[in-house]
Amino acid sequence: MREIRYREALREAMFEEMERDESVFLMGEEVGHYQGAYKVSEGLLEKYGERRVIDTPIAEAGFAGVGIGAAMVGLRPIIEFMTWNFSFVAFDQIISNAAKVHQMSAGKIQVPIVFRGPNGAAKQVASQHSHSVAPFYTHIPGLHVIQPSTPRDAKGLLKSAIRSNNPVIFLEGETLYGVKGEVPDEGVDELIPIGESRLARAGADCTIVTWGRPYYTVLAAAEKLAAEGIECEVIDPRTLRPLDTELMVQSVKKTNRCVVVHEHWPYGGPGAEIVDRLQREAFDHLDAPLERVTGLDVSMPYASNLEDKVLPTEERVIDAVKRVSYAK
Amino acid sequence: MMVIRRFEEEAARNYAKGKIGGFLHLYIGQEAIAVAAAEVLEDRDYIFQTYRDHGIALARGMAANVAMAELFGKDTGCSRGFGGSMHLFDVERGFLGGWAIVGGHLALAAGTAFKSKYAGEDRVTICFFGEGSTNIGGFHEAMSLAGLWKLPVVFVCENNQYAMGTPLERTSPLKDLSIKAKGYGMPGDRFEGHDVAVVQERLAKAVDRARSGGGPTFVEIQTYRFRGHSMSDPAKYRSRTELEQRKQQDPIVVVREKLMGLGIDENSLDDIDIEVDEEIDAAVRFADESAPALEDVMMSTVLAREDGA
Repeated sequence: MREIRYREALREAMFEEMERDESVFLMGEEVGHYQGAYKVSEGLLEKYGERRVIDTPIAEAGFAGVGIGAAMVGLRPIIEFMTWNFSFVAFDQIISNAAKVHQMSAGKIQVPIVFRGPNGAAKQVASQHSHSVAPFYTHIPGLHVIQPSTPRDAKGLLKSAIRSNNPVIFLEGETLYGVKGEVPDEGVDELIPIGESRLARAGADCTIVTWGRPYYTVLAAAEKLAAEGIECEVIDPRTLRPLDTELMVQSVKKTNRCVVVHEHWPYGGPGAEIVDRLQREAFDHLDAPLERVTGLDVSMPYASNLEDKVLPTEERVIDAVKRVSYAK
Repeated sequence: MMVIRRFEEEAARNYAKGKIGGFLHLYIGQEAIAVAAAEVLEDRDYIFQTYRDHGIALARGMAANVAMAELFGKDTGCSRGFGGSMHLFDVERGFLGGWAIVGGHLALAAGTAFKSKYAGEDRVTICFFGEGSTNIGGFHEAMSLAGLWKLPVVFVCENNQYAMGTPLERTSPLKDLSIKAKGYGMPGDRFEGHDVAVVQERLAKAVDRARSGGGPTFVEIQTYRFRGHSMSDPAKYRSRTELEQRKQQDPIVVVREKLMGLGIDENSLDDIDIEVDEEIDAAVRFADESAPALEDVMMSTVLAREDGA
């Protein structure tokens, strides 16, 4: 094991998969000569040239569609959205085309494509640049949706996503690119399976399910709660569609309570889906209502003090855990 | 052309009988374009079309019974009942679909052309759409990228004069749509689509250009549909006189007269008609008698298998 940043983990995944498979290419705005708006693709152009690292005009619907078309006839495109906020102008391509053509053609056409880029709020980029988009894409049959929290998961899941025969929505954390974490040594070809949850912290008192940026908020909150004698078990689903609830159900059977913490808005989405499944699959084991700590149900304000309130905080996580634990 | 015409007439009849559901957009009046395109293209080439897709599917060689079964929503249909009229696919023949979001498939066509260039393959993509598509963003972005990257694709605008019920003069400031090509750095062409030989000759130029590395072409073919936009459209926005005038240039009448002018015996043309009638009648019987679409296929085709099987 060695420690690298989330950004570098993603870059390594792309290097390794492009090296392994000639049909993999990267396309997006500023991915080549500029070295990536967030420097995730740094060095790829120098290694693989303009044929496989392709700068595009500002035309998300166009290049998303080009990627889908290319995937339909055998290539494995990685389409980078500079941020997922810009995917909305390519929504029709992803929903009506990428997600639908496999079934519409009775399984004759596959779309092995990865759409990736930074997702969620950064810092004071306001309403139009702070979307946490998982609820939009997890709604659609025909898509995989992955949102890795750690460098290791980012690398192993991106490699699996690139090798998948299906369209994958790969949501990176805009504020996580600089986060360091352990990943296997160079030369270890670790593929993390799509659709498997991971136990991030063991504990007997309260289950917390979380992913993405709040993952770190939750881990910090769990340490504070431990100091007060409440041991939280933290589970990261990593993939939001298909959703693996097995670990969560097992954990809730042990702790008898659960808090789900996510950045996206409270209305619907994977957070609500998890709560729905847990209340059905572990109903007899629950000692308290399932709680959620979410991004507040507002458009993201620019002002820093308000932005801090909108995103899930340690304080809100601690309060929720105490509520379901009937602790003061 | 007769196969397409008779297929469409029978489809309309069976729609009225309730055997075909959903939306049904007929190609009657535009047949010369699909037939000419199929003549020009090689087997390895790719084709995209809108939801008005029966014509090109049949011209490309899809069996009428397989196409009709799809319209009937049957397991024997080309998309096993999952696509219907608007989503015919014949992957083996390079026909990559009927697509039903206006303008949404143009970028896909640029994508298959991108693959040809990426892999150094000698395959041209041809992409059909209506004049209504030329106003939507999908058209602009696909044309931009294809022009920029000099992709081997031919964009064919089948200008049938009406975007659903709205005539061209109320949807575009241009009368000549082919001048749009210039804005995307590609050549444009414009001609009438009722004479199959003319369409073939002109499309061949654009396809040859794409094949020889000359990049994309935007072609506007002026045509006319004799039926409404779909089966639910009585086409009250146009006059009977206009329709009758246009029918003077029915591509089937035009080709028939031309063939007779070349000395082809009328009886042998009638024999073709009889043969086609039988083929289409058999297709309807086949579709009617086929088993319905299957639930297990539905559940197993949401996602592709990851083991490649």
